[in-house]
Amino acid sequence: MYQLHELSRVYRRGHGSVTALRDVDLEIQDGEFITIQGLTGHGKSTLLMMLGAMDRPTSGSILFDGLNLATLPESRLTEVRGRSFGFVFQSYNLMPTLTAAENVEAALVPLHVTPAARRGRALAALAEVGLDERAGFFPAEMSGGEQQRVGIARALVKEPRVILADEPTGNLDETTRVEIVGIMERLWRERGLSLIVVTHDSAVARRAPRTAILDRGRLSVRSNARTADPAPVPPDRAS
Amino acid sequence: MYLRYLTRELRRRARSAALVSIGLALGVGLVITLTGAIAGVNAADGRVLQSLYGVGTDLTVTKAPAAGSGPVGIRISSGGGGSGQTTITGPGGTTSGPAAGDHVLPNPGLTTVASGEVAAIDRLRDVAGATGFLELQVLDVTSSGNLSTFNLDGIDPTTPGLGPLSAGNLSSGIAAARTWFAEAKQGEHVALVSAGYAKQNSLEAGSTLTLSGTDYTVVGTVSLVSSTSADVYIPLGQAQSLAGDGHEVNTIDVAATSSSAIAAVQTEIQKLLPSATVTSASDLAGDVSGSLSTASNLAGTLGLAVALVVLAAAFVMAVLLTMGSVTRRVREFGTLKAIGWRSRRIVAQVMGESLVLGLIGGGLGVGVGYLGAFVFTKLVPTVQADENPGLAAAPTTFGSGPQTIAGGVPVNASGTTTSTFGSALHSVTVPITAPLSLEILLVAIALAVAGGLIAGGVGGWQASRLRPAAALRRVE
Repeated sequence: MYQLHELSRVYRRGHGSVTALRDVDLEIQDGEFITIQGLTGHGKSTLLMMLGAMDRPTSGSILFDGLNLATLPESRLTEVRGRSFGFVFQSYNLMPTLTAAENVEAALVPLHVTPAARRGRALAALAEVGLDERAGFFPAEMSGGEQQRVGIARALVKEPRVILADEPTGNLDETTRVEIVGIMERLWRERGLSLIVVTHDSAVARRAPRTAILDRGRLSVRSNARTADPAPVPPDRAS
Repeated sequence: MYLRYLTRELRRRARSAALVSIGLALGVGLVITLTGAIAGVNAADGRVLQSLYGVGTDLTVTKAPAAGSGPVGIRISSGGGGSGQTTITGPGGTTSGPAAGDHVLPNPGLTTVASGEVAAIDRLRDVAGATGFLELQVLDVTSSGNLSTFNLDGIDPTTPGLGPLSAGNLSSGIAAARTWFAEAKQGEHVALVSAGYAKQNSLEAGSTLTLSGTDYTVVGTVSLVSSTSADVYIPLGQAQSLAGDGHEVNTIDVAATSSSAIAAVQTEIQKLLPSATVTSASDLAGDVSGSLSTASNLAGTLGLAVALVVLAAAFVMAVLLTMGSVTRRVREFGTLKAIGWRSRRIVAQVMGESLVLGLIGGGLGVGVGYLGAFVFTKLVPTVQADENPGLAAAPTTFGSGPQTIAGGVPVNASGTTTSTFGSALHSVTVPITAPLSLEILLVAIALAVAGGLIAGGVGGWQASRLRPAAALRRVE
């Protein structure tokens, strides 16, 4: 699905430059769960942005289903993002003026889904993360964990090929972290989509079969000895 | 989704949205008020010109007395030395009469031309019509030695469509004028009197007015648009007899076939009557001075400039606030781009929000404009315009012995004074309003919407240029 070849990203900073990624080579298979680890500033988020077609490399290529995301025009990149990728952000990034259901619906706007169908799919996605009763709540009326579940529903609702999550548990407490990772893992297993998660948390990282480790922009890949068991799902979420 | 998102965003940013709308409202309101004020001042300007000049007349031909032809004013010696005679010295020489009674005099500021010149002008190319009339002044000396005056015009009854009594020049009394023209044409001794003179002298239709021993039947009262109205109108031939002028007139009104022909006709008349003064409406406009024309110029230039500066400032403020709002919403727009929203959809969202603010600003601006126009109308004093004395006839002088002219203006100790009676100096007072037309209001709303669209366009362009990765990185 993904083929990254000699991918580099250099940021200009005044008169100098910072190399975030150096000659990264990586292949990710369809339906794979992979985590990306590394210290702060070593290129994890930059690599995720490249994989999500939100940024272009300075050099090298990044093929997604045969399309080179490094050279596609912006309009095509937007289209690919709209159809194929679902994003989950550390700070949730929900629209504060939209309800949970409307936030989820927003992901279907680029796909020209009718309003009625949008609403139905949004409610179904919220139900999938156990938030169907919070559909009419605004972000400010929900806890961090609930907001992140809305974020996951928003990523999920368009039935993407890949879910890309940037520190999805970074702002959450231990219990909620387990809950969120469990939901994402379940969706990966049940839906067969690819899951790419940037995380600082080694416990989370080890749940994936493979972990890509970035060190000053250089990538190495580690196979985790034991594939993660399904995350423990709290009793009230079990279905 | 679009409208829900839009309205909730505006509600969330209520303070900033209110600032944009109020800024646009103030700008637009000022434009409305000043445009209305300019229109009002221009309308007043037009009314002054109409009042000074009359309606339907394109050119007026007069002839000033030749230099050295004797005193321009009129000197009256009444009852001096117990002679029982009134002696009047004027442009035509010196006349004496009984101590009491009326004395008909030509307008001292004008000299007469032969009636034949009217026909000559009428035959000129591009002349639609010409009429001559005789402006006279009647001095009435009472037996107690008091003096009153009134203005008398001799009107040609064969040219009802032109001159002081033409229908377009009458603000009231059109039916009376029609009757007067019909009867005057038959040679009847009929008179029309101005409404003011009729009230002052208790005259009405059917009353009898005696002039130099001849009785005239008053057929009605009239009010003229022009401020140069006389007090009494009688047929031209009879006025000429009273003045002893034979077949002469002292003012000729000329109508051109079209406005574009006025200049050519003016030149032709000037060639025909080299010593005459041929005045067109535009000449008169140039000679209108005083507070009104100053106000007109001020409103037309400075006022509009101020309005445009304020409007531009409102636009700039709207743009800056919108750009500030976009900057604060970078993460929001970055997220929308990340989930696949196209730039144009985000631009439409920003522009939609600005457009609504523009419409609200336009609506409020109309209210502000109405209020401003109301305050303007209430606060701006009535203004006065004076015709340049150079165009007017010379002042009239009274002398020898204390006298009183009509209206009770006292003569000073030296026995001389100046008066604005007759067609001497015209002073017109008009109120100024700020009329608002539908066009002004629509343009104002369009301006506010344009302001909103400009602000939204700039903000949207700023949002569309955001790269999602950069937008998300900037705030996270």
